Amino acid sequence: MARKKTTRKKTTRKKTPARRRPPREPAADRLGALARAIADAAEKGEDPSVRIPTRALSNVDYNAGSRIIEMGDAAQTRSFFNLGQAKKFMQTALVGAGCRELLRQDKTTSIRDLFYHCKHTIEGTKENTFDEQTESDAIIEDLEVALASLREELGLFAEPKGALVGPMVIEDKGDTIDLTRMGSGGYAVPSIVEEDVIKIKSCAARFVLLIEKGAVWRRFNEDRFWDRHECLILHGGGQPPRGVRRLLWRLHHERGLPVYVLVDNDPWGYYIYSVVKQGSISLAFESQRMAVPDAKFIGMSSFDAEKYGLPSAVSILINDRDVRRAKEIRGYPWFKSRPWQREIDRMLKLGVKLELEALSAKDFSFITETYLPRKLREKDWLD
Amino acid sequence: MPDARKRSAGPAPRQKKKKNSPAPAAARSAEALAKGQREIPVSEFFAKNRHLLGFDNPRKALLTTIKEAVDNALDACEEAGILPDIAVRIDHLPEVDENRFRVTVEDNGPGVVRKQIDNIFGALLYGSKFHRLRMSRGQQGIGISAAGMYGLLTTGRPMIIVTRSKKGRPAHHVELAIDTTKNRPEVSVDEETDDFPPHTGTRVIIELEGRYSKGRTSVDEYLEQTAIANPHARIVYTPPARNGDTNQAALNADDADTTTVTPAGEIVFPRTVRTLPPEPREIKPHPRGVELGALMRMLKQTGEKNLGPFLQREFCRVGPGKAKEICAKAGLTTRTWVKQVDHAGAEALYKAIQGVSLIAPPTDCLAPIGARQILAGLLKGVRAEFYTASTRPPAVYRGNPFQVEVGLAFGGDLPGDGPARVIRFANRVPLLYQQSACSAYKAVVETSWKNYGLAQGRGAAPEGPLVVMVHMASVWVPFTSESKEAIADYDEIRKEMRLALQECGRKLGVYLRKRQRAKRERERRGVYERYIGEIARAVHTIDPSIDADRVRDGLLATAERLTALADVEFDDDGNPVGPARDPRDDDDGDTIVVDRDGPPTGGAPGDAGRGARPPDTQPPPEPRGARRSKARKTATKKKRSRRARASDSLFSSESARS
Repeated sequence: MARKKTTRKKTTRKKTPARRRPPREPAADRLGALARAIADAAEKGEDPSVRIPTRALSNVDYNAGSRIIEMGDAAQTRSFFNLGQAKKFMQTALVGAGCRELLRQDKTTSIRDLFYHCKHTIEGTKENTFDEQTESDAIIEDLEVALASLREELGLFAEPKGALVGPMVIEDKGDTIDLTRMGSGGYAVPSIVEEDVIKIKSCAARFVLLIEKGAVWRRFNEDRFWDRHECLILHGGGQPPRGVRRLLWRLHHERGLPVYVLVDNDPWGYYIYSVVKQGSISLAFESQRMAVPDAKFIGMSSFDAEKYGLPSAVSILINDRDVRRAKEIRGYPWFKSRPWQREIDRMLKLGVKLELEALSAKDFSFITETYLPRKLREKDWLD
Repeated sequence: MPDARKRSAGPAPRQKKKKNSPAPAAARSAEALAKGQREIPVSEFFAKNRHLLGFDNPRKALLTTIKEAVDNALDACEEAGILPDIAVRIDHLPEVDENRFRVTVEDNGPGVVRKQIDNIFGALLYGSKFHRLRMSRGQQGIGISAAGMYGLLTTGRPMIIVTRSKKGRPAHHVELAIDTTKNRPEVSVDEETDDFPPHTGTRVIIELEGRYSKGRTSVDEYLEQTAIANPHARIVYTPPARNGDTNQAALNADDADTTTVTPAGEIVFPRTVRTLPPEPREIKPHPRGVELGALMRMLKQTGEKNLGPFLQREFCRVGPGKAKEICAKAGLTTRTWVKQVDHAGAEALYKAIQGVSLIAPPTDCLAPIGARQILAGLLKGVRAEFYTASTRPPAVYRGNPFQVEVGLAFGGDLPGDGPARVIRFANRVPLLYQQSACSAYKAVVETSWKNYGLAQGRGAAPEGPLVVMVHMASVWVPFTSESKEAIADYDEIRKEMRLALQECGRKLGVYLRKRQRAKRERERRGVYERYIGEIARAVHTIDPSIDADRVRDGLLATAERLTALADVEFDDDGNPVGPARDPRDDDDGDTIVVDRDGPPTGGAPGDAGRGARPPDTQPPPEPRGARRSKARKTATKKKRSRRARASDSLFSSESARS
């Protein structure tokens, strides 16, 4: 309780930091510019088009200086007077209009909602603007890169996935929430965590621990790991959603909290870490606002089984897909450091992977009471 | 038939001697056998072998009867220079017998003088057509009398002929039967009557055992095709009224614009061309077309005394020089007495003829239907969207000049599944039977239609909504049998047919590609136009200061421009606007595109202008390029139905009026 008081005081002293970037206006402005470009082309008798940067590994570069993935210059032009693109162009315009209306009404909605909002039968035909939600989902992603705006900025959110507890007080849409009093479920991280939605009022945490899955996170919460180690524990339900990543970024950049990532010992765990650290390929344009290049990989490592004396029975044999994926990851430029090569080679050599739950072979709370404290103490992590 | 001339001397098939009757035993003497040997009258021969003449079964008998009567009527009218007006009527007489029919065919021809009636209608192999080399429908002079004989055999009823050969004079009503043993007519009724329209003409009434049904190889099909090949004739056809609803079906099935059905159930095939086909000239045989036996017969029958004049007078394309050359080659002279030419001499002469180079026979003896007339015929008989026709230059087989014409009708209301329909004509007469034995059908099958954008199975006709019309005009059409059902397979004929088919096929191919292109463009434009409204609205939603209507109009204009541009590009693409054509028949009237669906087909604006041009009013020669660009310029504005223009300008016709 005492600590809580002090944190509150802290926040009152420290005013909210300067906004790095006004969150909403640009998206609306960029939409407007897009619409005007289409109208201009139409009136001039030209072929209206939208430039959509390519979202593929071929069009991302690893910037060794800033240590994040950046989007390249490759882009495709989606023009209306091209038979193969006409419908998609029309859909892009419709999604854009839908988002603009959301912003105008200051509402947020799900992408499924937007799909239904944009879906209708074209006048005088039997054709629908959209048939499947997958169509509109793809258009939303296109629009995100075309406008260089996150969908959250366009008023869209994904299903909230991920929870947070720890010594921090936030204000969410006017409600003050003490994140130490979240019970067993924790605070569901919303999809939009921008400054105007979530204000960090005070924070007493020393670091942030991102845990891959909810089940392990529950163990940490139940054992009040966050209380004992003065940290925030956060999970992303597998690959962390944008909201979680963006919140991590804010905690790291605004509060200077170090970020530790605890994932399964398998290639997919490596990749989750990689996305948190360098950014993802499909949202490469947002790496600057999402990636935390200083994030540390705290576990589980291929060496941990031996180090912590785990019985061999808890390891799982890796399959072909795992091998392929591991080799792929080993080839990424940001995994080129020696320790990382050793780590991945070790996994391939042993031919086994481990889940975080494997640590429970020793004891249910082995992970919170022994494993992680020792790791932190020994600074046993990869960078 | 009506102006039948008495033929000179009896040729080959008139009488047949039964010679080598099988001798069962040596016991009977030659004298005894001789008692059983006698002349077989042709009439009796055919009465027993009626299938040879096309009277195999009741259904076919009905068709053959009508066919012979109509062919004769058309020939008669044309020879007399009268535009044929023919009425065909079939009465079912179930009260007499379920299979009893009465066929009435009436024409407005020149009529028949009284004293010729007996011979023309009452004797087999009597006619004007066998002994001359001249293009006509009938050839042997068997037809109508055989039909009468068939009627007599099956019903016992004589044939009734009513004819008026001179205006203002009474018509003759004659009833006659053929005495099959004597090949002589027996007249039972002979009176003058007023029961005939005031003009000249002939009415033939035959009662016979038959069977009436519709569909393939039916009377209906025969008349329909006759109308196609004879656009200058008007044919009124009254099918037997059965249950009342059958005629209604006929009405719906036919094109109401062109072929009409009166409330009384008459089907009227209108006249769509008002000029008679040019009268074909009679020619002498070409030396190359004569076989040795025929040559010997001619030597025997000629009135000439010396060989030189014989060759010059009795054949075409033989002048004094050639006559001399032939005689010299045969080891004879032009002065040799014809009577002294024996068998060996004739053979030498025959060989000499084969070794001498001769000019091909004259071809002005042929009267092809003509590409435009074929189009007119197809247009009234077949509801398609694309029509093309071509007439080959005349060619020669076995010394007989002939000419092949092909017409194609594609798309429209034609059934698209299954093989194309091939309709065959010889001297304007439809050939309904033995399709696969016919040279014309073989030519269609062996043409590679895949090149022209149609599917085609192995050894089959092309597939798709297509009617292929093949016409062979010749002074002597080589039929495979006496019933005149299939054209014999001569290499020269098949080749000409193939060339004509290819010529039309190319035009069809160009059209199909163009149509494909046009369709794509229409679809393209359709896609754009569909989405433009959505985009305009969306843009307006994003920025309300943007005027949705202006965006819409701008995009629509662009869409139109872009898709129109593609049309023009196609035209200049190296693919000519019109079908590729032979420079020799450089006229623009051999292709018609008819718009069946209302909205103009964007892809064929060039054809719109072209097809609508009346074929009889040739435009003044104009540089092709200039004409083409003009057609294109006006193309977009021509929203008026091409169909309408085609009918009101192409043919000064009933079809436009009806």
